Amino acid sequence: MKLKTFTGGIHPPDNKQWSSHKAIEDCPLPAEFVVPLAQHIGAPSVACVEVGQRVARGQEIGSAKGFVSVPMHAPTSGEVIAVENRPHPWGTSLPAVVIRPDGEDRWSTELQPADPSELTPDEIVERVRLAGVVGMGGAAFPAHVKMSPPPEKQIHTLIFNGIECEPYLTADHRMMLEEPERILQGVALLQYVLGAERVVIGIEANKPDAIALLKKHCLETPVEVMSLEVKYPQGAEKQLIAAVTGLEVPSGGLPMDIGVAVHNVSTAAAITDAVLHGRPLIERVCTVTGPAIREPKNLRIRIGTPLSHLVEVCGGLIEAPGKIILGGPMMGFTQLGFDVPATRGTSGLLLLRTEDVALHAESPCIRCARCVQACPIKLLPTTIAAYARRDLLAETAEYCVMDCIECGSCSYVCPATIPLVQAIRYGKAAILAKKRSSQI
Amino acid sequence: MSQQLYLSSSPHIHSGETTSKVMHAVIYSLLPACGVAVYFFGPSALSVLLIATLGCLATEVVCQRLMGQPVTIADGSAAITGILLALNLPPSSPWWLTLLGAVIAIAIGKQVYGGLGSNPFNPALVARVVLLISFPVQMTTWSAPAPLGSGLDLVTTATPLGAWKNAVMLTGQMPSDLPGSTADYFLGNMPGCIGEVSALALLLGAAYLFYRRILTWHIPTAFIGTVILLSGLFWLIDPAKYPNPVFHLVTGGLILGAFYMATDMVTTPVSTRGMLLFGVGCGLLTVLIRLFGGYPEGVSFAILLMNAATPLIDRYTRPKTFGTPGQEVVR
Amino acid sequence: MLAAILSLGCIGMIAAIALGFAAKKFAVYVDPRELAILEALPGANCGACGFPGCAGYAKALVAGSIDLNQCPPGGADVVAKLAHILGFEASAAAREIAVVLCQGDNRKAQLKYHYLGLEDCTAAQRIADGPKVCPGGCLGLASCQRVCPFDAIEMTADGLAVISREKCTGCRKCIAVCPRKVIRMTPSEATVHVLCNSHDKGALVRKYCQIGCIGCNICLKTVPDAYKIENFLAEVVYEHDAEANEALPKCPTKCIRDFATGYPEGSTQLLASASSMTGRQK
Repeated sequence: MKLKTFTGGIHPPDNKQWSSHKAIEDCPLPAEFVVPLAQHIGAPSVACVEVGQRVARGQEIGSAKGFVSVPMHAPTSGEVIAVENRPHPWGTSLPAVVIRPDGEDRWSTELQPADPSELTPDEIVERVRLAGVVGMGGAAFPAHVKMSPPPEKQIHTLIFNGIECEPYLTADHRMMLEEPERILQGVALLQYVLGAERVVIGIEANKPDAIALLKKHCLETPVEVMSLEVKYPQGAEKQLIAAVTGLEVPSGGLPMDIGVAVHNVSTAAAITDAVLHGRPLIERVCTVTGPAIREPKNLRIRIGTPLSHLVEVCGGLIEAPGKIILGGPMMGFTQLGFDVPATRGTSGLLLLRTEDVALHAESPCIRCARCVQACPIKLLPTTIAAYARRDLLAETAEYCVMDCIECGSCSYVCPATIPLVQAIRYGKAAILAKKRSSQI
Repeated sequence: MSQQLYLSSSPHIHSGETTSKVMHAVIYSLLPACGVAVYFFGPSALSVLLIATLGCLATEVVCQRLMGQPVTIADGSAAITGILLALNLPPSSPWWLTLLGAVIAIAIGKQVYGGLGSNPFNPALVARVVLLISFPVQMTTWSAPAPLGSGLDLVTTATPLGAWKNAVMLTGQMPSDLPGSTADYFLGNMPGCIGEVSALALLLGAAYLFYRRILTWHIPTAFIGTVILLSGLFWLIDPAKYPNPVFHLVTGGLILGAFYMATDMVTTPVSTRGMLLFGVGCGLLTVLIRLFGGYPEGVSFAILLMNAATPLIDRYTRPKTFGTPGQEVVR
Repeated sequence: MLAAILSLGCIGMIAAIALGFAAKKFAVYVDPRELAILEALPGANCGACGFPGCAGYAKALVAGSIDLNQCPPGGADVVAKLAHILGFEASAAAREIAVVLCQGDNRKAQLKYHYLGLEDCTAAQRIADGPKVCPGGCLGLASCQRVCPFDAIEMTADGLAVISREKCTGCRKCIAVCPRKVIRMTPSEATVHVLCNSHDKGALVRKYCQIGCIGCNICLKTVPDAYKIENFLAEVVYEHDAEANEALPKCPTKCIRDFATGYPEGSTQLLASASSMTGRQK
């Protein structure tokens, strides 16, 4: 049977063999935690602790500001030694709470377990919000926002994203293999809250063990485990929805506009912790991998652990890396050094050697149309990029630049090695800036 | 340590396919056709191939030097233009004709527009058509093949398409004795341009390009399919006057054109629908020119005309953006 | 032969009559002053006046809705011409030119990382605030050069933008595009400038740039009126800069430059006195 998928896309080597067979290990506590107050899409939280204050594990240290925002929590018990700007994975210095652990790792006494059968959907959403749960696939969008669609937008299909189509990353794969109950409890909670008729867990066909295990666990339940074709970016929200339901999220719209909600499988596990135990999102599984690290691992890390500590736990470097990437190689962010902390969206730390860094010089576009065939949104990347680079913003917008999901497929296949995605980002930013200035 | 770190916008990995690798693959794919040409037409074919290729490379160097640009002959694109030009010339072309063609192809067909990626027309075809119109005698003097070792000399004769056209012009009927059999045509044992004679060698090369995913099926299929359908229609109407589709397929430059000239990435549409439309247009024009035009062969003209239509086709065949009902054509 | 000549001649004649008729019949009246103004304007359509091209400015001038001195590229000459055409007295604006306040090219200023990607300063600035350690220095990816309508900006081999004092017309396009705000408008008579844009403390600047201002106050002490120092960065006070060049020999990092003695190191441009404006700079 032909597996379901979307049109377009690419087949990069998945390089998951480095870490896919390695069980999740608990990462020992570092000497110092740096918890950035901005880790999610939306308004950053505001510090609510002072220097010198003692905090317990799971205690709120940053409060949410507005609806599309989440609170931050202490990853362990200890003392706040600074509230200041620290290097952030986004490339600049941003406000962070610095905590020195006391080694006791004592849970806050304020966290209340609950019996979900006694909670209303609204109470569940509130517990998720207080726990600071965000989408753990990488974009880090606050989960409670996705769990509270306006009443006119009834969710009929709930999809769980176990695709993990980014090469190298294996964190979600290991989560599905090792903690299926935690994930499935979250699945049931979300189904209850959203009232969806159909629940699907989508997994790429290159993880047959995870598919078999989850299928076994879901035998008695209405949850459908669907094996999807191995293709990048199968895990992108719109592409996953298209593959599972055949529906297209309208341009500029959200999945809820067509009655669909998508959550990552790891997010489901975090929701379980939040609702059942009242435990906030202070840890996640992160794949530390790449040719420059001695011992690739899947680590359960506390949020705020500096990257240098992760490198140390994984046996150190084989050689000085050429690129430090937070996230996967297709959509991750390059870093200036190991002093930045892992955040709630950090699904992986990828260390490439200098020889793995693609250094081809850019050459003229030969209109080979590979980018057009690879684009999962059916754009003309080369045309858009050419317009964007010449600051022809009206034309850039006409060719639907704002619909680009920046998956990187076009740049990956481009034989002229034109930085298509970067040019498209440049065009998007210019258009947004122009819109903002004309509004004022 | 930060001194040796690289930072960039995502993605951070690349397929490894580069323009020069693509170009070199195309050159390799043309080698069988070159080999067959040298086998059938001997040293004269070899000299045309060499003069055209070296001429194109030299012209590219001169143009880029003159314009103060980096010299990029190593990318292989000029060499491809040279080989394709040679494959589109008669084996008996004098050296000056070949050299002139090479200069026209690179200087007027490519560099005046801004070099690689900017030319609207296929450079090799521009040169061929300029030569065909300017030097009709030299460009339509064909030689019968004289396989290496056969001891035959090259003898002037007509191409199968030319023989048919002459007969139809004179009598309005198919000639009774076309030179050679379909098998001959397929293997390349017929008079014609250096590269167009052996459909077999060209298909071998094309298969390699398909394997390397450099060619997509759209243009060749649409092109050849249209030729077969349309020529088949005329053949059914009047088999005494019009040749059958197989004749159209294996004589003349259809295979060379459909797989190598009409698939030149720079001068063809980028969308799937656009490519199909382009191929159909090429097929339509080819059959019309062959059956009703003044020239016996129409592939080059058809492709050049469709090259001119490429920006328009691109504009009207833009793919439907995901999540939209499809957009208005940008005017 | 004769028939051909006759028929072609007739066709030509008919077309000429039709065109002539159409030109008279459908003519659109244009104020002759507008045409004269358009003639007088530089014709670069740079947009510095705030109108869509020179034609837009000309229209606005004739309508009387705008001052005469809105065309920086034209300078005083054009203002005088416009005044003559429109019958006004000229109120000439002082000519200002753009200067890149940085001499830290890729050899003199340290890089934070190797940048790969789009050759554009704005795009590079989005990645960890740009590849230079200095937060204010020129990134050298030529965004200003590409946007300059007068071909006045040269990129040195080591990645530093240098603006020609002769070709710059003060249209400010480079200033709008520079993500680091390292280009500044200065009076054209002022030749002495502090070519640094870093507000970091001296000790820090010394670490990443050989030719940055360290805020040592020596220039201020030497010629008190001509300089001011804010946030560890010296600046020429252009109202009192007559003796500013006296501080030059004392500046420990040589970040002050007198353009009367030449352009920054690496530039192939020559001063007007020495050059005959030879050809295009590549």
